[in-house]
Amino acid sequence: MDWQGQKQAELWMQILLLVFSVGALATGYIIGSFRMMMLIYAGGVFFTTLLTVPNWPFFNRHPLKWLDPSEAEKHPKPQKAVVSKDKKKSSKK
Amino acid sequence: MHSFGYRANAVLTFALTILALMCAIASFSDNFNFPSPSAEIQIVGFNGFKKKPHGNDEVSLTMNITADLQSLFTWNTKQLFIFVAAEYETPQNSLNQVSLWDAIILAKEHAKFWIQTKNKYRFVDQGSNLRGKDFNLTLHWHVMPKTGKMFADKLVMSGFRIPEEHSL
Repeated sequence: MDWQGQKQAELWMQILLLVFSVGALATGYIIGSFRMMMLIYAGGVFFTTLLTVPNWPFFNRHPLKWLDPSEAEKHPKPQKAVVSKDKKKSSKK
Repeated sequence: MHSFGYRANAVLTFALTILALMCAIASFSDNFNFPSPSAEIQIVGFNGFKKKPHGNDEVSLTMNITADLQSLFTWNTKQLFIFVAAEYETPQNSLNQVSLWDAIILAKEHAKFWIQTKNKYRFVDQGSNLRGKDFNLTLHWHVMPKTGKMFADKLVMSGFRIPEEHSL
């Protein structure tokens, strides 16, 4: 998933679980069935898992722009500092 | 949220935390139930009296128990545990409680009942205090929840008396 997709997935997960839990509680309390509350919630968790955990295509609509290999060569990574210079610096301290 | 495993863990952990909250709310909802139980016990008769010379008094009896405990059930009730205890005072103990009978009620429909039964458990005293003793019969109930807090209460019925030995 790309960054946007990950954010979307997390948001959907939180919203869906909260909605299902409130719905399950309300339904269970009103009809007086504890079992029904648990069944609705379990169904909700399963549905949320199905929707937010796998790497669906709609979570990849803003793909990361990786640099071309040739472009990367033009901007080399910075070199580490030379060892002798470090020794001199430490003796000054 | 960068991997399958990470997201799966996040969903399950959040779902479980919410479940714990739901159970707490469900248990709290029991406080909004104001029950009105009723019960009546009649002693049909005393079946026997055991007086051991150096032992404890024991009495056997048959009772009619009528009760309507349906209002104690809520959506969060798993079962109702009820028991009848005889309560009386002796010189040694300010309160003696002897459990005579108990039952588990699993459904609201069965909470309104009538039963005629001998005492399930022995009515034994610590000593020889039972002859001519006045006692209360108390119906205790424990409302056992599916989740959360258990409520318990009782109903005291007084005016019972064990007859003198010779009349049994």
